[in-house]
Amino acid sequence: MADVTAISPAELAGPSGRRPRRAISRRNVFIYGTLLLVSVYYLLPLYLMIVTSLKGLPEIRMGNVFAPPVEITFEPWVKAWAQACTGLNCDGLSRGFWNSVRITVPSVILSILIASINGYALANWRFRGANVFFTILIFGAFIPYQVMLYPIVIMLRELGLYGGLWGLVIVHTIFGMPILTLLFRNYFTSLPEELFKAARVDGAGFWAIYLKIMLPMSLPIFVVAIIIQVTGIWNDFLFGIVYTRPEYYPMTVQLNNIVNSVQGVKEYNVNMAATLLTGLVPLIVYFVSGKLFVRGIAAGAVKG
Amino acid sequence: MTGQSRPNRLLRNLSAKIASIPMVLTALCVFVGGTIWTVVYSFTDSRLLPRLRFVGLDQYERLWRTPRWLISIENLAIFGTLSLIFSLAIGFLLAALLDQKIRFENTFRTIFLYPFALSFIVTGLVWQWLLNPDFGVQGLVRSWGWESFTFDPLYNQDIVIYGILIAALWQGTGLVMCIMLAGLRGIDEDIWKAARVDGIPMWKTYLFIVIPMMRPVFITALVLIASGIVRVYDLVVAQTGGGPGISSEVPAKYVYNMMFEAQNLGQGFAASTMMLLSVLIVLIPWAYLEFGGRKRHG
Repeated sequence: MADVTAISPAELAGPSGRRPRRAISRRNVFIYGTLLLVSVYYLLPLYLMIVTSLKGLPEIRMGNVFAPPVEITFEPWVKAWAQACTGLNCDGLSRGFWNSVRITVPSVILSILIASINGYALANWRFRGANVFFTILIFGAFIPYQVMLYPIVIMLRELGLYGGLWGLVIVHTIFGMPILTLLFRNYFTSLPEELFKAARVDGAGFWAIYLKIMLPMSLPIFVVAIIIQVTGIWNDFLFGIVYTRPEYYPMTVQLNNIVNSVQGVKEYNVNMAATLLTGLVPLIVYFVSGKLFVRGIAAGAVKG
Repeated sequence: MTGQSRPNRLLRNLSAKIASIPMVLTALCVFVGGTIWTVVYSFTDSRLLPRLRFVGLDQYERLWRTPRWLISIENLAIFGTLSLIFSLAIGFLLAALLDQKIRFENTFRTIFLYPFALSFIVTGLVWQWLLNPDFGVQGLVRSWGWESFTFDPLYNQDIVIYGILIAALWQGTGLVMCIMLAGLRGIDEDIWKAARVDGIPMWKTYLFIVIPMMRPVFITALVLIASGIVRVYDLVVAQTGGGPGISSEVPAKYVYNMMFEAQNLGQGFAASTMMLLSVLIVLIPWAYLEFGGRKRHG
């Protein structure tokens, strides 16, 4: 990694990396030109969302949607948060937001707790047959959710949890399990085994080693798991719409109902404010976590 | 499995077994049990409630005669093929560009990846707005004076699936780029040196040396994209709602509608079994390649 010049292409044997003295070469124009062009494609929707949500409805109808707002107004945001209608309810997205919070927090905690203990058991306390279940679990991650939708409806109904928040929490825990268990198993396997052995010699048991040695050592992987789960659960739509009653609908479901409702005047600015509000939580997670988010993705990529 | 068995291993491992109960339950009851349950009930005539009255392949015959399902399959085929090709191509190209020791690499990567943090609902709604014929891209170009410019995929039955494709690529290519970039960084620098010494042009090095070396990375990306494609649901719901008409329906949406709206459970089970089948067609050869030859590393 230290050898910077090694990767530079054949025709440019000179310093192409750290000291871009002659920045305007044909190659650089091509590279940066392409990257900038592609950036427009990626940034345009975000820009349009922000700009639209800050305009009044007349301004949208009259002028160029892509132009920055002549008169900045936060009214669409207020309306999206507190007054937007879904069906008969007109208390805005705030209800969906709080539902999502009430779904996401316990789901994240429960799924990570279970998966980390599970991964720890798989890494350090393997028992006969453990790998069979683990393999089934990993392959289960590729089964389309649609196949398991209805059996889970029946299970939750039997448990008396269908339609409520806790039923959905269990569903998220179940479907988060493959990737999280893999994540934790791989991480715990990568820790030096001597640590584990020394603790065993000192007489520590299953739970003592988990709580006193593994847990304090694995903070980064917990953060990665939290990132994966918070964005994943916050962005879920299918499970929310299938397993909860309308009063518990998460934010994504409510957002879709607000924007795609057919009655009334289409308030584009309110719609975009609502969309942006819903995307805000994962976006904040993304921009705050930075490199760790990428690591979470890499962890997801090696699944299977 | 551990070969040497210690005397009181069984008893001590009790905690580990207790800790694994959720995993075992999930694996057996939900993943295996649920799948078998759905497959079995796909041979029944369940409607509002599941019931075990077997009717053979009736549901499947009806499924494959339903225009809506046929359109769903056709859409999935077009969408799947194109999004595979474009995701891999764009993802690799962007990764290769970012791998040129450029400045602002982190900035560009952040820009390309942020849509991946957003949900399909948000993605669908933004692109619905962006592709709005009156206000979106079409309106913009027309306001520049090109009055006959037409770009309204969401309102045109023949090309609506491409409108969805554009949004899906916007959301997902960042992930592929990230995987590819990790793969490129894993290539030994000596390879590049050797290629340079031999005077091989850069594009040839990529095409004939680097890409073949990155085979596992491509396969990972492929499996990841493919398993995502079959599940496409929320994006369509948000962006088009399956319209105009039924021209942008996808299998996952068909399943949902049959199960929870049309009260036709049997059809839903049959359709979801077909989805499972299509995944298995991709998954089994891959699993065979990946795990068949060598043993799993622990």
